[in-house]
Amino acid sequence: MSAIDIETVKKVARLSRIRVTDEEAEKLAPELNGILTWVEQLGEVDTDNVEPLPSSAEITLPQRTDLQTDGDCQDDILANAPETLEGFYVVPKVVE
Amino acid sequence: MTDLTHLTITEALNGLENKDFTSVELTQAHIDAMADAKHLNAYVTETPERALEQAQQSDKRRSEGKAGILDGIPLAIKDLFCTDGVQTTASSHILEGFVPTYESTVSGNLLRDGAVMLGKTSLDEFAMGSSNTTSYFGDVINPWKNKNRPDANLVPGGSSGGSASAVAARIAMGATGTDTGGSIRQPASFCGITGIKPTYGRCSRWGVVAFASSLDQAGPMARTIEDCALMLKSMAGHDPKDSTSAPKDVPDFTAGLTDDIKGLRIGIPKEYRMEGMSEEIDKLWEQGIAWLKDAGAEIVDISLPHTKYALPAYYIIAPAEASSNLARYDGVRYGLRVCDDGDNLIDMYEKTRAEGFGDEVKRRIMIGTYVLSAGYYDAYYVKAQKIRRLIAQDFTNAYEQCDVILTPTAPSEAFAIGENEEDPLTMYLNDVYTVSINLAGLPGLSIPAGLSKNGLPLGLQLVGKSWDEATILKVGQHIEKAANFTALPAIRTQKAA
Amino acid sequence: MAYTIQGETGAWELVIGMEVHAQIIANSKLFSGSSAKFGAEQNHNVSLVDAAMPGMLPVLNEHCVEQAVRTGLGLNAKINNYSVFERKNYFYADLPQGYQISQFAHPIVGEGIIEIDLDDGEVKKIGITRLHMEQDAGKSMHDQHPTKSFVDLNRSGCALMEIVSEPDIRSPEEATAYLSKLRMIVRYLGTCDGNMEEGSMRADVNISVRKPGDEYGTRCEIKNVNSLRAVHQCIEYEARRQIELIEDGGTVDQETRLWDPNKMETRPLRSKEEAHDYRYFPDPDLLPLEVANDWIEDIRKTLPELPDDIKHRFVDEYGLSHYDASVLIAEKDRVEYFETAAKDRDAKLTANWLLNELLGALNKAGLTLTESPVKAQQLGELVSLIEDKTISGKIAKDVFADMMETGKNPADIVEEKGLKQVTDTGAIEALIDEVIAENPDNVAAYKGGKDKLFGFFVGQVMKKSQGKANPAAVNEILKEKLNG
Repeated sequence: MSAIDIETVKKVARLSRIRVTDEEAEKLAPELNGILTWVEQLGEVDTDNVEPLPSSAEITLPQRTDLQTDGDCQDDILANAPETLEGFYVVPKVVE
Repeated sequence: MTDLTHLTITEALNGLENKDFTSVELTQAHIDAMADAKHLNAYVTETPERALEQAQQSDKRRSEGKAGILDGIPLAIKDLFCTDGVQTTASSHILEGFVPTYESTVSGNLLRDGAVMLGKTSLDEFAMGSSNTTSYFGDVINPWKNKNRPDANLVPGGSSGGSASAVAARIAMGATGTDTGGSIRQPASFCGITGIKPTYGRCSRWGVVAFASSLDQAGPMARTIEDCALMLKSMAGHDPKDSTSAPKDVPDFTAGLTDDIKGLRIGIPKEYRMEGMSEEIDKLWEQGIAWLKDAGAEIVDISLPHTKYALPAYYIIAPAEASSNLARYDGVRYGLRVCDDGDNLIDMYEKTRAEGFGDEVKRRIMIGTYVLSAGYYDAYYVKAQKIRRLIAQDFTNAYEQCDVILTPTAPSEAFAIGENEEDPLTMYLNDVYTVSINLAGLPGLSIPAGLSKNGLPLGLQLVGKSWDEATILKVGQHIEKAANFTALPAIRTQKAA
Repeated sequence: MAYTIQGETGAWELVIGMEVHAQIIANSKLFSGSSAKFGAEQNHNVSLVDAAMPGMLPVLNEHCVEQAVRTGLGLNAKINNYSVFERKNYFYADLPQGYQISQFAHPIVGEGIIEIDLDDGEVKKIGITRLHMEQDAGKSMHDQHPTKSFVDLNRSGCALMEIVSEPDIRSPEEATAYLSKLRMIVRYLGTCDGNMEEGSMRADVNISVRKPGDEYGTRCEIKNVNSLRAVHQCIEYEARRQIELIEDGGTVDQETRLWDPNKMETRPLRSKEEAHDYRYFPDPDLLPLEVANDWIEDIRKTLPELPDDIKHRFVDEYGLSHYDASVLIAEKDRVEYFETAAKDRDAKLTANWLLNELLGALNKAGLTLTESPVKAQQLGELVSLIEDKTISGKIAKDVFADMMETGKNPADIVEEKGLKQVTDTGAIEALIDEVIAENPDNVAAYKGGKDKLFGFFVGQVMKKSQGKANPAAVNEILKEKLNG
């Protein structure tokens, strides 16, 4: 099923927002292929009537009451930022 | 005075209570040992001044009769737990220099109970690995040596390799670990210490850098079962800030260590006797079975039929979750930013993440992205979650016949740094005995049970029912006594010599 | 007649579906405890969770769930006992987690239906496909600096409901009617303030065109259409664009476009190279959300009477026209005002006075209904004075103008100014006699067959009575005298 070529590696890298060079893509393709081919052994198992299990937590989803208990900590959230100005995070210009 | 670093936590607490020594002395002894063991590279960040300050406060509390259950005990914290005011890196370049303004619930619980933090221990980058060779801050070295290859530096296992190495080398009395597919148990086995991954939901994940959220679970690593029980009592507990944290009371794990295992049914899964299993591992397992049988436990053959599919299912689920969990490292709000003149936002993302993440992390992000992407989601991700249910069902069925399952922890002893790296898959096989337990959310521990022909520690794994850490700790303590594992790693025997 | 747009090759039909994002009224955010208030200073309503600091985890706000369920009930929709929060993965500067927590395969609310009221009085049913909860993103500002954008996360993590309609909408008018009705419903329910200027309600519009009877065409999604007027304009623009494109031999690309209200045009938002693959999967930090039927029923019991129910009641009980009823329900205040004013009175007359006189006068004065100098009870009293013939409709207008100015009770005004209607036939007869005596030529002409002059005589009599004579009595007596 899997056939990861250089183009697919580049596409996945773009989706992942990781820049890869052509050389890196060439090295990654067989590695990723190897892993995917290996995981495809799952196809041996009949799972037609099996419900997926996304979590093993045996509890129901907890909910909190609607109170303002947090926030107002601009210093904390900006403390580690590479670039800020007047309380904003600053990033290279986004063109829409 | 005897070398204080050789004491167990329980012994040290007695010594502190009896005023044989102070926490400052105990902490200083560890700080000195850390200086001597720098070459192990177990810590990313050492915090000796902070440790001594905490030790002083601890001594004061103890003199006022206000000591907590771990008061004055110097511990190491895996560098995946966010620590208020202390750099937290996940061993990644992308988080280098990140100083949280908050304390993770688990490390906060330890501090609440009086623990002293010596520093932050190294790990495989973002906890992805089984060798601690993927850290941006360099390989961690196992304090043990292969007596037939004394020049080779060995891996401590991973991902909690720094914690395991530090506890084994006596440069921390105990340490926190996290375990997503075996990351506490496998390094515990490689370094000859004890480590427990509790039931999913027992310890809060709040403030722990996430790898695979549905699998990640924090746990203690120490040199005895009793020490692990003590630490777990402190670390565990319901946390409303983590929606997967279970609202369960935490039992007094040390009180449950009665050594009475008579009549307990010990399951031996036939599927774990894998092809090509080394004779040594097989022998160790047989020895473990014999010890428990001798103590009056009943040995039951069980079957966990989907065992062989656990590892491939894990390598879909964990990367899928990781690809999303690691999206927040984008150079905007914290950590590394790589941005050249004229770069747009996407350039910045791509360069930051290309430079900030190591090869293994990139591989897993890309695998995870691929298996979640349009057209592949059902074939990979949903399929793996279905297999996950079958694996969990296997355990439910098995626990109708037994109370505890005994298996080896890892398929091998510690290997040399640089080995098993030619192909990512070879490395993944290290977790072959441990991942199912994460997929099913069960508690599991590793206990050192013997030495290999090469003089290296080997661990046995005990797996319990959900929320029944108490029973595996009890059985583990029996193995601990029977194995009488007193061997010391090279670094300590050399020093003693 | 169905709405169509005439192209060179004939008539084209529009197929429109809407995705409306409505910010849930709540004190705190969907998954964090920071304030959800609008208008704070940059990055103040932001917690460590909202900024996606490492190791931070979401905890669901129960009130937001209740609000979503309440809205679902208001849309006559099925509430799903089991729903799942999933991650929608994409990178953007104001999306700190690198994913938006949303609901995808299992939304909290399933299919529903609402009625829209069209200008010609027609009522049309529009299907609701689903409603789900999700996090809002932060805000990027691009116009403050030549090479940088600034990011404010105040809204990051605020709770939104995304309400998706079926592609049942066929015209710009229907689209605005749909959005107005939706806004009306959430306002009645108190689940969203519906304030489009502040962005607490925003619409994405899916538009395609086809020849009547054909299969659906390829649709474009127009993002962030932020007013009723913009909905109308963007649909007209986009439909014409697609028609021209197709008629020129081109094909419509399925794409996301942005409405530019200044240039009055839509344009592609993202290049195709950046086509999104959101990689939805269940959020492992959150377990499935389960809501019990008992709880849903408890919420149902607290629902207010909803606009469409009120509308039907107004038509059935009060005999109002569909149109009047639909104008009355547009605002909750109107409904309350009307019901107070119309109590035990002629409801149709009351509705006329409210809709034609009061709303017009308020509009002129720049006042809202709650600020009206004429209170509901007072308008009702005015209607009663007309009903019991104390004053005529004409005099009532003067009284009303006085009320608007002074806020006085109508009866007091009538009393003070002596505006009571004259119904005493003797007095009216005297006036008529005067008029007949003063206009012998006209009387002769009338008798000679100029019937139209009757109105002239009525006018003269009314004038003499200063408008106070009962018009019916004037008619009757005048006829007798002239024809006799």
